[in-house]
Amino acid sequence: MAAVTLRRIVKRFDDTEAVRGIDLDISDHEFVVLVGPSGCGKSTTLRMIAGLEDVSDGEIVVDGEVVNDVPPKDRDMAMVFQNYALYPHMTVYENMSFGLRLKRYPKSEITRRVGEAARILEITDLLDRKPRQLSGGQRQRVAMGRAIVRNPKVFLFDEPLSNLDAKLRVQMRTEIKRVHQKVRTTTIYVTHDQVEAMTLADRVVVMHHGRIEQVGAPYDLYHAPATRFVAGFIGSPAMNFIPCRLETTDRGLQVRLSDRIAFAVPDGRAERYRPHVGRDGLTFGLRPEHLTDAKPDGARQFGYVEAAIEVVEPMGMETLVYFTINDTQVCGRVNPTAGAREGNIMRLAASLDNMHLIDDATRRVI
Amino acid sequence: MAVASLPAHDKPASRPRYGSMSRDRRWALRWSYFFLTVFAIFFLMPPVYMFITSLKTSAEISAATNPWWVYQPTLANYIALLTSSQYLTFFRNSAIVSVIVVAITMLIAVPAAFALSRMKFWGSATLATGIFLTYLIPETLLFIPLFKMFAIFYEYTDVQLINRWWVLLLVYPTLTVPFCTWIMIGYFASIPKELDEAALMDGANYRQILTRVFIPVALPGLIAATIFAFTVSWAQFLYPLAFTTSTDQLVLPVGIITTLIKGDVFNWGQIMTGALLGAAPPLVIYAFLMDYYIAGLTAGATKG
Repeated sequence: MAAVTLRRIVKRFDDTEAVRGIDLDISDHEFVVLVGPSGCGKSTTLRMIAGLEDVSDGEIVVDGEVVNDVPPKDRDMAMVFQNYALYPHMTVYENMSFGLRLKRYPKSEITRRVGEAARILEITDLLDRKPRQLSGGQRQRVAMGRAIVRNPKVFLFDEPLSNLDAKLRVQMRTEIKRVHQKVRTTTIYVTHDQVEAMTLADRVVVMHHGRIEQVGAPYDLYHAPATRFVAGFIGSPAMNFIPCRLETTDRGLQVRLSDRIAFAVPDGRAERYRPHVGRDGLTFGLRPEHLTDAKPDGARQFGYVEAAIEVVEPMGMETLVYFTINDTQVCGRVNPTAGAREGNIMRLAASLDNMHLIDDATRRVI
Repeated sequence: MAVASLPAHDKPASRPRYGSMSRDRRWALRWSYFFLTVFAIFFLMPPVYMFITSLKTSAEISAATNPWWVYQPTLANYIALLTSSQYLTFFRNSAIVSVIVVAITMLIAVPAAFALSRMKFWGSATLATGIFLTYLIPETLLFIPLFKMFAIFYEYTDVQLINRWWVLLLVYPTLTVPFCTWIMIGYFASIPKELDEAALMDGANYRQILTRVFIPVALPGLIAATIFAFTVSWAQFLYPLAFTTSTDQLVLPVGIITTLIKGDVFNWGQIMTGALLGAAPPLVIYAFLMDYYIAGLTAGATKG
């Protein structure tokens, strides 16, 4: 097990820069998830750590040693691929033991390790099968088993759950978390699914256009996004963004969304927001769950909106309602018993302690 | 409300006539069978004729009887050839040459194809195309320059290459290696990239990736290439005709026509028998390896 450090990592493919200088410290035993939309450079970063891609610039340090020129086989990392990449001509046992056999481990040790990994993953009765006789979920377990038996310094996962159906994905997600809690190996996990990132990670690294947007614990990313991209990317349904202006009134600062709608800015934020009063290019951000029918406990400040509901999406435990403010579609999450119906006017409460103000020029959260 | 009412006697509009799926299928099958039968008859006629002729005596062949019927069947031709040490020498030469050529071809073509399909190096794509282009140059264009080269080689080194059966081991691979490399490049290219990356991560070097992953996974392709190399070497006629002359050095196809045609006397019965027996080994190989040839071993490697 090991700590991994990336220092100003750059990857260039011909003229395009896929990764544009990434700094990241991953400590021992940590579970780090790289998340971002496709083409953000997260997979390329992972492949550079694995040694499958050359590093154009910068340094990758594993356990205090620069590994830029170390071939993948000597980096002592194990990787789980999106399409599993099991050896089709080998049985599950042979697939899992392949790496150990290449390193000439004694037979008894191989049997012991494969047996143990198979037990952790509950695939003991599949050891004699060929990959083509397995279901998608079982193949994914075998691919993980192949990584576990090696007892490597680092686990690398490249979108391992994308090929599974939704239900199985949730199940395997828990499985991966359970395995990591048991083996505690440093893990770097790439996904485009923010839910996977939030649920699995000790720390989430949000990437965009080859750069890191923000690094942080799932809770911090969710409640204190640094940029508009992170605010919009994390959370589902996505955060509402509404163009706004800041005004000073005799009761203090207020944020104006339209001619009819304006909210008082909570006291704690007034100082931070004051320099932006009166200027253009500000966006008000609020998550759907902070725009509800009932007044939740604990929140100190509320603003109220009279909304003409356009679309209602019942989800079971909650209902999503869509309406328009200032030509922008806005989503709120209300109690299923609140009686939301298309065409109705609803009074919704906005929890202003959870609002964000975004500077459109820098795209950063103020 | 005349617009809405329909005349009562009008039947509901008849449904559009789509061709039925099963009728289409039956039609396609009928034509397939028709053409397959025509082709089968066309291609099987010569061997059948050879077989019939091989059972006849010379007298019966030269007598103007029905060529498609044997009146006095005899195994004399078979006995004569199988007891003739000369014919057996040809057979042995052919077998040795073909087996060694297949081995040489595979030893060159498989690593070459692996390197060209997986180890992206400067000029690898051009080289791959170049290899295929060499296959397009016919041997009829090459045998005279080759002959000249061997003669010059003899002048300088005193090593005689002409009229030695083993010189064919040098010459045949020029025909088999390019095509086999090309086949193998195709097969290796169909192996998902993640599979060699997984092996790399598991600690394999390139040689181990080739021998422990690529060769087993591409076995059907390897067998196809082997069959091809064997068939080409076994049936090769022009090169042995040009480069070997004395009867102990000849391979089967050349041996048959040089020893069984004396002047303008054609020993048809034995020629047909010799050719039929000569066609047997490739036939046996095809029959045995056909299953491998068809089996898809890559199933289950990745998400299907």
